[in-house]
Amino acid sequence: MGHLTDELLHGRAWLFGDDISTDHIAPGRLFHLRTNMPELAKHVLEDARPEFAAEMRPGDFVVGGRNFGLGSSREHAPRIIKLAGAGAVLAQSFARIFFRNSINVGLPVLQCDTSGIGELDELQVDLEAGEVRDLTTGAVIPFVPLPPVMVTILNDGGLVAHVKKHGGFALPGGPEA
Amino acid sequence: MTSPLTLAEKLLAAHAGLDTVVTGQIVVCDVDVAIAQDGTGPLAIQQIEELGAGKVRAPECVFFIDHAAPAPRSELANAQKTIRAFCAASGATLSDVEMGVCHQRVAESYAKPGDLVIGADSHTCMAGALGAFATGMGSTDVAVGMASGKTWLRVPETFRIEVEGAFADGVEAKDLMLTLIGQLGADGATYKALEFGGPGIDAMPMPGRLTLSNMAVEAGAKCGLMPSDETTRAFLATLGREEAWRPLTADAGAAYERVVTFDLESIVPTVAKPHTVDNTATAAELEGTKVDQVLIGTCTNGRLEDLRSAARVLRGRRRAPGTRLIVTPASQATARAAAAEGLFDVFWDAGAVITNPGCGACVGIHEGILADGEVCVSTANRNFHGRMGNPEAFIYLGSPATAAASAVAGEITDPRELL
Ligand code: SF4
Repeated sequence: MGHLTDELLHGRAWLFGDDISTDHIAPGRLFHLRTNMPELAKHVLEDARPEFAAEMRPGDFVVGGRNFGLGSSREHAPRIIKLAGAGAVLAQSFARIFFRNSINVGLPVLQCDTSGIGELDELQVDLEAGEVRDLTTGAVIPFVPLPPVMVTILNDGGLVAHVKKHGGFALPGGPEA
Repeated sequence: MTSPLTLAEKLLAAHAGLDTVVTGQIVVCDVDVAIAQDGTGPLAIQQIEELGAGKVRAPECVFFIDHAAPAPRSELANAQKTIRAFCAASGATLSDVEMGVCHQRVAESYAKPGDLVIGADSHTCMAGALGAFATGMGSTDVAVGMASGKTWLRVPETFRIEVEGAFADGVEAKDLMLTLIGQLGADGATYKALEFGGPGIDAMPMPGRLTLSNMAVEAGAKCGLMPSDETTRAFLATLGREEAWRPLTADAGAAYERVVTFDLESIVPTVAKPHTVDNTATAAELEGTKVDQVLIGTCTNGRLEDLRSAARVLRGRRRAPGTRLIVTPASQATARAAAAEGLFDVFWDAGAVITNPGCGACVGIHEGILADGEVCVSTANRNFHGRMGNPEAFIYLGSPATAAASAVAGEITDPRELL
């Protein structure tokens, strides 16, 4: 994969199951808070784990199962996960729009085998090496490299920054490597 | 000579200015229609301003105020005020609170066969029923699409959904789509294009096709494409837009990652149980499930033909005493036609509440939030935990006929028992 960042992310794992929808992350009953994202972030993932927003520490990871982020296109979902201070989302698989939105807003989304990660395990994510180290169990879990087009957008600081920097799209074309 | 193309490949090649494309290729495409709604629009506007763009460049940029219409609280009224002001200043089109759900309005007034449509709403894929490459994205992607007139896309692999035969009486497109999603799984088509075709689709009227395309995203798909044929032409002609028609089919011999075949004769009334759309059962299997509220409407099933299907079951009957019935037409045009043919009287006589055209109770903002422990049968496309405003409630999805029959019986009911 292309160079992402030398930074090592470090935090604890919060486990969520399969099929965590954008309704779990940013529910419609809080629709009126979409123009007040710091307030909305206090409710992040409330309908999946009500204690998460209050008890997570900056840098902690959201760890899901299959099809994380399915449902609505609301970009507020990855934005408030980031705003709440999560370091990244790790999941077995991601829904398409959530994945694309996350890259656009600069939230690392890493597809990997999360099945062996335990609740509140200490994790270290090495974006450059492409692996998650579970310091509690000693396991090293590789993640699927991001497509080059996503790496380009993430490295430019998100989609708006990419377009401003290049005066339009400047994406690696061609079939995905 | 280039190799035969699927509908998705054909549409993306045309918008990228290329003769051909291959799956997995990243293409930058010209956008024809870009939309946002009152939930995603304010953030899109903020991003357009961040880009330094005061005007919008894509040929058709439309903001719909449909999710909370009219505004149920001051924060939302303020967000809608921002949208109205932006439209006035930027040249974008405004579809205000009385007009209805974005996707229905896009099908009625904006999308054309052959178009590329992007929308900050996941069910933007509904316009695929007109033969447009239509897909949902976030506010930032749509902001860039509006401001620059371009977007990037990965050319998807295609699943061909081959449909044969005809529905039995009382069985509808919704039942087919729930059956398909139950088989594929909620992530079974992630990143793929669904392409519908075959004699069962050729014979299917536009409303059914719109329901199928609408729910493509519920299997994870990027788009749900239909050919553009005489049915498409007739649909556009009814709306006074026949000149927007052009024929469109996939090339014979195009390469599909997977082909799934359905015989419509074998489809029965089908329901998705809480809390995922792929958690399906037949309506008959769920009989005895008590129902507190029924919602007939939304972009999935709020069209005139859907209201007719519900009215056919409700005519001369009343809702069960313990079951509320809410009817929300998808658009003003739908509501006007339904009222003109007397359907509103059928609904009122049956004990229904008829709400303003729009999203209504679908997404948990207003007009029908469920109480703790309550069960709703809805004609919408999603039954996620918390979707209708209360994570302690339970949502079942079905066709308009199934929803109407369940309102009459007060429990989940196979509509064929009431026809
Ligand atoms: S009716 Fe429901 S699914 Fe359709 S656009 Fe509105 S909120 Fe979304």
